[in-house]
Amino acid sequence: CFAPFLCLRPPQIRVKPDRTGVVTDGVKHSMNPFCEIAVEEAVKLKEKKLVKEVVAVSCGPQQVQETIRTALAMGADRGIHVEVSGKDYETLGPLQVSKIFAALAKKEQADLIILGKQAIDDDCNQTGQMTAALLDWPQGTFASEVTLEADKLKVVREIDGGLETIKIKLPAVVTADLRLNTPRYATLPNIMKAKKKKIVNVKPADLGVDVSSRLEVLKVDEPPQRQSGVKVETVHDLVEKLKEAGRI
Amino acid sequence: MSAVCGSLSRSRAAVRCLCSRAAAEAHHDVIRPAFPPLQSFSEEESMMRDAVKKFAQERIAPFVSKMDEDSVMDADVISALFEQGLMGIEIGAEYGGTGSSFFSSILVIEELAKVDPSVSVLCDIQNTLINTLLTNLGTEEQKQHYLPRLASDTVGSFCLSESESGSDAFSLKTKAEKHKDYYIINGSKMWISNAEHAGVFLVMANAEPAAGYRGITCFIVDRHTDGLHIGRKENKLGLRASSTCPLTFDNMKVHEKNILGKVGHGYKYAIGMLNGGRIGIAAQMLGLAQGCFDHTVPYTRQRVQFGKRIFDFQGMQHQIAHVATQLEAARLLTYNAARLKEAGRSFIKEACMAKYFSAEVATLTTSKCIEWMGGVGFTKDYPIEKYYRDCKIGAIYEGTTNIQLSTMAKMIDQEYDG
Repeated sequence: CFAPFLCLRPPQIRVKPDRTGVVTDGVKHSMNPFCEIAVEEAVKLKEKKLVKEVVAVSCGPQQVQETIRTALAMGADRGIHVEVSGKDYETLGPLQVSKIFAALAKKEQADLIILGKQAIDDDCNQTGQMTAALLDWPQGTFASEVTLEADKLKVVREIDGGLETIKIKLPAVVTADLRLNTPRYATLPNIMKAKKKKIVNVKPADLGVDVSSRLEVLKVDEPPQRQSGVKVETVHDLVEKLKEAGRI
Repeated sequence: MSAVCGSLSRSRAAVRCLCSRAAAEAHHDVIRPAFPPLQSFSEEESMMRDAVKKFAQERIAPFVSKMDEDSVMDADVISALFEQGLMGIEIGAEYGGTGSSFFSSILVIEELAKVDPSVSVLCDIQNTLINTLLTNLGTEEQKQHYLPRLASDTVGSFCLSESESGSDAFSLKTKAEKHKDYYIINGSKMWISNAEHAGVFLVMANAEPAAGYRGITCFIVDRHTDGLHIGRKENKLGLRASSTCPLTFDNMKVHEKNILGKVGHGYKYAIGMLNGGRIGIAAQMLGLAQGCFDHTVPYTRQRVQFGKRIFDFQGMQHQIAHVATQLEAARLLTYNAARLKEAGRSFIKEACMAKYFSAEVATLTTSKCIEWMGGVGFTKDYPIEKYYRDCKIGAIYEGTTNIQLSTMAKMIDQEYDG
């Protein structure tokens, strides 16, 4: 399973003065909540003895190791840190990450990739789908329930119209939605045990992946300031005001 | 002072926390970092603090107000503490504990206190008093019997104070009369924390009154022992969710194999263990003050009067900065005392200083926070008034402020002996 490391939303998001993105310096980073759910699901599968080994992966700079350690403390067996830092990290997007995950999946001979449905900093909701496409594997996205049935995975998906149940063959990619499970706390004894688990460092080049971006961010702006409203006494006043504003 | 490891840019060799129980390890580190700031933590310590912070916010915070109102600790909160491994932090993994260090306990106690000082004190007593005594003094049989239980489901209580002996602890009157291979204990104790939930009590009784305090002996007493009566809990100003009860021993029979350590050495054990326990209370008071402060400053940044945030008034800024400075000083005293203890260096004076100072800072901080919050600070709808009520005990229990000051003075006096 893969545990993207992301920028935890600070109380007030500020756009960088050069308008190329938001300020991430000095902002506390931690595991994406949907990925926490993914880690939990993987650990649960291992506890049910349906899965032999859980590998936690994250792409990013040095700090990412803390996130991987948290996954280890939740029950993952080992970690892989794909080192991407500096300018490369700023422009790292779903396509490059998917390529990295696809390469790792092949290298590790993974049977199942579980990740959060989307990262809460960029809300892209693309990595899982792209990874599946690159590997030509089936995908069960927005999973709210995952059951292993023989060599197939039954996935209940949350879709706009309700719930959809599909059966997909392994190996497959699953993305976790909110109601899949409630992630456990890393207990203190497990944090201690996690210290002995290994985290391996890898570079994208080692996996044959080019992380240069195909996208260029032209500018990032803050949303327009919300105007304060006006209180009216009667329905008549309301209609007048709406007419004045040219709305009706 | 042993070097403390920062988490990020260290090589694998230096990441191992140098402040483990074996101070000798400190001499074998491959890389000797320049002396890091006191607020540096090993990766393990950082992870633990973050885990407890999250846990406290989600599993304890929702119950705090009700527990205070009803003066009862929620049973689910207590089991959650055990589940998270917070009740056996220094107990070795071979006994089912977490296998971490004293400093980790301090961080845990501090984080818990930010959310609820009552929960924090339960965890503090368990870790710094009960577990420490059993680990250091227990026979292998006693350790095998009690440590796994203390780590997984049994709360402990430490019973020293009596109605006629608080600061003058060693004038305690509870007696233990020897009969063949058991003792008959008669007497009473007061102000016993955790008593409502405790499954095991460490009772200090005098087995040789003629020898004065050199007769004090520590007995391990299980809750359902005949003759042990737990009285009605006190109705307190603060720390209300932490049960504080009187105990009576009515011809209570305790086998001699339940003696912890040696007969007549209890007074030594009590002093030794309270020295470390002091640092725990310092951490609790520190967390309490910080938690209160963290609730208050955001309010001052939002509240607008006379067209600006109340934070922006110079009078407020100066007061807030002053309190923040006191908090920082308390934190450094506490962390340093803890690191000194772990390094096997002398720490008694520093522990007294930390406890005394943190209790004072808690009183100052909470009092100021109520003022800064104005009218709402005075209502129970906001958490501030609870911190104000909770802080007062800091200057009283586990060694009153006056006792701390006298102890420090004695040590200062000795320092100037030729």
